[in-house]
Amino acid sequence: MKVSRSKSQSPLTLPERMRWRPALALLPVVFAASFAMAQAGADKSASDTRRSGYQDMGAALQKMQDDDTANPGMLYVQLGEQLWAKPAGAASKACADCHSVADMKGVAARYPAIPENSDRPIDLEGRIQLCRASHQQAERLAPESRDLLSLAAFVARQSRGLPIAPPDDARLAPFRSEGEAIYRRRQGQLNLSCAICHDDNAGKKLAGVTIPQAHPTGYPIYRLEWQALGSLKRRLRNCLVGIRAEAYPYEAVDYVALEVFLMGRAKGMPFEAPGVRP
Amino acid sequence: MPGPKKGATRRTFLAGAAVVSVLPLGAARATPEAMAAAIKEVVGDKPIREGRVTLDIPPLSENGNAVPLTVSVDSPMTEGDFIRAIHVFNEKNPQPHVLDARLGPQNGKASISTRIKLGDSQKIVAIAETSKGEFFSASADVIVTLAACVEDLT
Amino acid sequence: MTNVLINAPKAAKKGEVIELKALILHPMESGFRPGTNGTIIPRNIIERVVATWNGKEIFRMDFSPAIAANPFVSFFAVAAESGKIAFRWTGDEGFAVEESVAIDVA
Repeated sequence: MKVSRSKSQSPLTLPERMRWRPALALLPVVFAASFAMAQAGADKSASDTRRSGYQDMGAALQKMQDDDTANPGMLYVQLGEQLWAKPAGAASKACADCHSVADMKGVAARYPAIPENSDRPIDLEGRIQLCRASHQQAERLAPESRDLLSLAAFVARQSRGLPIAPPDDARLAPFRSEGEAIYRRRQGQLNLSCAICHDDNAGKKLAGVTIPQAHPTGYPIYRLEWQALGSLKRRLRNCLVGIRAEAYPYEAVDYVALEVFLMGRAKGMPFEAPGVRP
Repeated sequence: MPGPKKGATRRTFLAGAAVVSVLPLGAARATPEAMAAAIKEVVGDKPIREGRVTLDIPPLSENGNAVPLTVSVDSPMTEGDFIRAIHVFNEKNPQPHVLDARLGPQNGKASISTRIKLGDSQKIVAIAETSKGEFFSASADVIVTLAACVEDLT
Repeated sequence: MTNVLINAPKAAKKGEVIELKALILHPMESGFRPGTNGTIIPRNIIERVVATWNGKEIFRMDFSPAIAANPFVSFFAVAAESGKIAFRWTGDEGFAVEESVAIDVA
């Protein structure tokens, strides 16, 4: 499709446009300084080259995330706080009847984890569903439903600033290996693996956007592309669509395995939920 | 003030195609001319002066769905001299008039912030109307990049 | 269940200029986007937010479809007297939400 340009405009040639890029590439360096404070308290050494997607965003979006009075994710945190105290299910019990909010500190930075009387890991949303089923005798919440995301956001908010700390549980090892295998496996019509973008080409541009290292530091995130809050699963599904692979069903264990691997890979990085991402 | 301009993008095409396919014949998305017409509707034949208005919008946005924007106007905001209204216009969204805020001396400070959608890289114009009926403006060129790996609609 | 987040200081000195911020959950569907079946999703936007201080209007903003989803608005106000700062959003499909916060002015 060819679109003609009027003469009054000053069309830039491709090389001219490319000249803008180095200047833009410098922006994250400047913004990295403002992130330094958030990094304090997390056990990251100077040689650690891992970057949160936060560090690749422009100052405007960083500010949007940092300011609780402007972060749209906080709308969901507030809803989650209300749901937390609301009795649900046949047991007519609220989350608050069993847990104090203070006890939620660090929980989201630790999941996925293996619950009692089980041998497979579940993620934070899975934990909420399990509580609903076993303690509240309530129906499952639909994946990506506002209620589930809001509860997850409220719980996740309690871990903000804490280092990501997967449980020291040997039973997680096979799931982490499985997650890593998926991460490194080429798939989809584009025949790409997660690693090709997020390890080998992280920091470079894809469609004008910096490819992040894919550390799940801020989930659930408010993604501007979604204009809503969404889970890590939803983001993984977006990636699968991006490489023209068929997304696994929401219940697939593959996601949890990937999450176990990714949280291990991000161990020690500060948790930011609810994050804001483009 | 020639700023960086981008050529037509996939998003422009999609936005344009979407609008063309649904609106009655003759309607199209906003153009610099449509923006000028929308501004004239507000300002009339009064002159628009540069200055006093600060339009704070990131020069590069990673996503056009929510671009933070602040418009501040230099004004004492007293009963006798205040900013009555702030308008924001764009030249490539489907409609040129983005917002219309009404202020008065009770605000103490003539500054508003919100987030806007930008379908493409374009020029944004902010116009302030003083209590004396004068108009001041500022403009900014904004580059909107395309998101990678967006969701499948199906 | 409230879908609104208002941020205002709980107390202010008389004459102080304070910032008021508000977020509200709303899709701001522009009426220009095609849905999955190719037809346009009908417009559903907030058209206006009005802020009042003890019932007296202090600010209003008319929105267009170009205001981002889950609209955010911030502006300033002179703290005149103790009482209630209320926000009212109205829009398509009969949308009307009001939420207020109390402020102590000394």
